[in-house]
Amino acid sequence: MTTETYPTTSLSLAEQEQIARRAKFQYNLRRASIYALAIAIAIWILLPIWLVAVMAFSTPADVRGFPKQIVPVPLSTDTMEFFLNQDGILRAARNSVVVAITTLVLSTIIAVPAGYAIARYVFPGRDAIRLGILSVRAFPIVVLAVPLAVTFIELDMYDKVYSLALMHTALTLPTTILVVASVFAGVPYELEEAARIFGCTPTQAFIRVVMPLALPGIAAAAILTFVLSWNEVFAAILLTISNRTLPAQILYTLDKSGDPFKFAGAFFMLLPAMIFIFFIRRYLFSMWGINK
Amino acid sequence: MAQIVVQNAVKRFGKFTAIDDVSLTINDQEFMVLLGPSGCGKTTLLRAIAGLGMLDTGKVVIGSKDVTYLNPKDRNISMVFQNYAIFPHMTVFDNIAFGLKMRKSPKSVIYERVNEAAKLLHIENLLDRYPGQMSGGQRQRVAVARAIAYDTQVLLMDEPLSNLDALLRLEMRAELKALLTKLNVTTIYVTHDQIEALSMGDRIAVMRQGKILQCDTPTRVYDLPADHFVGSFIGNPPMNFLMGRVERDSNRIQVRIGEFQLNPPDEMQDILRVYDGKDIFVGIRAENMEPLAQPTPDSLQVRVDVVEPLGAHNLLTIHIGSDVLKVSTHPDFPAKMGGDLWIRFPIQKIRWMDADSGKALTPNLEKVMA
Repeated sequence: MTTETYPTTSLSLAEQEQIARRAKFQYNLRRASIYALAIAIAIWILLPIWLVAVMAFSTPADVRGFPKQIVPVPLSTDTMEFFLNQDGILRAARNSVVVAITTLVLSTIIAVPAGYAIARYVFPGRDAIRLGILSVRAFPIVVLAVPLAVTFIELDMYDKVYSLALMHTALTLPTTILVVASVFAGVPYELEEAARIFGCTPTQAFIRVVMPLALPGIAAAAILTFVLSWNEVFAAILLTISNRTLPAQILYTLDKSGDPFKFAGAFFMLLPAMIFIFFIRRYLFSMWGINK
Repeated sequence: MAQIVVQNAVKRFGKFTAIDDVSLTINDQEFMVLLGPSGCGKTTLLRAIAGLGMLDTGKVVIGSKDVTYLNPKDRNISMVFQNYAIFPHMTVFDNIAFGLKMRKSPKSVIYERVNEAAKLLHIENLLDRYPGQMSGGQRQRVAVARAIAYDTQVLLMDEPLSNLDALLRLEMRAELKALLTKLNVTTIYVTHDQIEALSMGDRIAVMRQGKILQCDTPTRVYDLPADHFVGSFIGNPPMNFLMGRVERDSNRIQVRIGEFQLNPPDEMQDILRVYDGKDIFVGIRAENMEPLAQPTPDSLQVRVDVVEPLGAHNLLTIHIGSDVLKVSTHPDFPAKMGGDLWIRFPIQKIRWMDADSGKALTPNLEKVMA
């Protein structure tokens, strides 16, 4: 046991130290660049949201002025009030909430059994069904626009809130089913088997063991469905005239309105997504295996 | 009484036959080990008995009830899973109580049973905890406690120790054995670890490619392997196999290994006569060969390739012809790498086997079984 260099290396002590120092520098550099990249991405996403929020809470005069502010001084709810008092906005917001909640409920009711079947069972036509679910997304809704409108008119379902909810359910189901399936796939099958050994029927095992473990993930999927419906604009424009949802209403009046209306509308549309992401963050993290 | 009978069980997965016409009887309160390499069908057989995977054909009887097509919950069985499978959203208490609650046992009974099981597994102080806050060894204990608290006559265990680290496994092995002798349950224990099988089982069923090759007590499986595979799978080191040529010398059958001649005992003479002029396997365990430092007329001279001191004994690697053998010696035995050594073969300890089928040649089945 000596403190000298190993006989196999021909490098001097100073040279070895230099190599070690260089390796450390490179390691630090790599870490620094990863952080820099992460910060850049965060700014890329957060900055527009922040600017929209600043505008929404500035006075209408400030919104029209130039240069724009970075912080809302003076803080004012005038712009938001102006937006909310516009004709039809509150009604549209109510429609949006009704459609989104109906979509959430229908979508979850269908997606839970469907997702469970896809996650757990190997049945004939399983891959075909999977593909079929995805293919709903493969058709651009523009292609379906005319036949859809015609069908809805013929069935006397045109311009109804519930008919838009049905449409949104069809649109969100692929995403919801696949998310729910991945949630169920994350619950070890052995747990279900254990439940069945210790006295459960398959249904009881599902209710007592699988559901409690899958619930957070299913809730996250449901909220995602809500946000998807809330943001959806094309089908909303297509299928409603008097019963417009919020994005349809905003889009409809966009070219006739000024900057304050646009910023306030943008902020209002952002709200549910931000609130819900804040609440489901924990579940999303656990789904992705990140520890806070 | 809970005797378990499996009759002509067959289970296929597509073209792969996982269980190939297996029949097995496990006596009441017996500890039966299903042992074999991965993919041999041992877990599939256990799952068929548990009701977690239906057989294609065949029958499973537990006690006096044909359970072949019953749900697991109607089979009156209990099970310990390889990955513990304890419920993460329940406390340890609720985990152990789960089966009893499903059975709608009275609260006082549940409380009593859970505490009793927890005490047996030394986890009384963990009852309020959630599994997420526990180590692997503790979760294992919860899984076993849950299984015994359910209080059934049959206990199934699917590689329960394989996820524990080596030291803990050793500790749990002894503890489990002690625990199970107290419980008077019929146990089926699946493992790929032959030492676990030898140390715990009343009987071992050695499986390979969906078939049971031998079902016998640990000592018999070890000393009298039914074929080449069982001999080489069980024991550490595995049984040594030499190629021997059967020859007739005057009226006696001899087995020649190189220049060296073995003289099979009288009861083997008739059986080996059939193999006159053919090769057979000569199987012998490392500890059954007698190493000698000096030559004797009945010993074979060999060269020592490797000496491995293992504490309690030394393991020597030697070769005879092209066959490599392991010989275990007393640690004081003077053997040097590259040195010479003489080996004497105690003829009664040799297991003779057909070179093609690998099956052990035995004079008379009754005699061996006796």
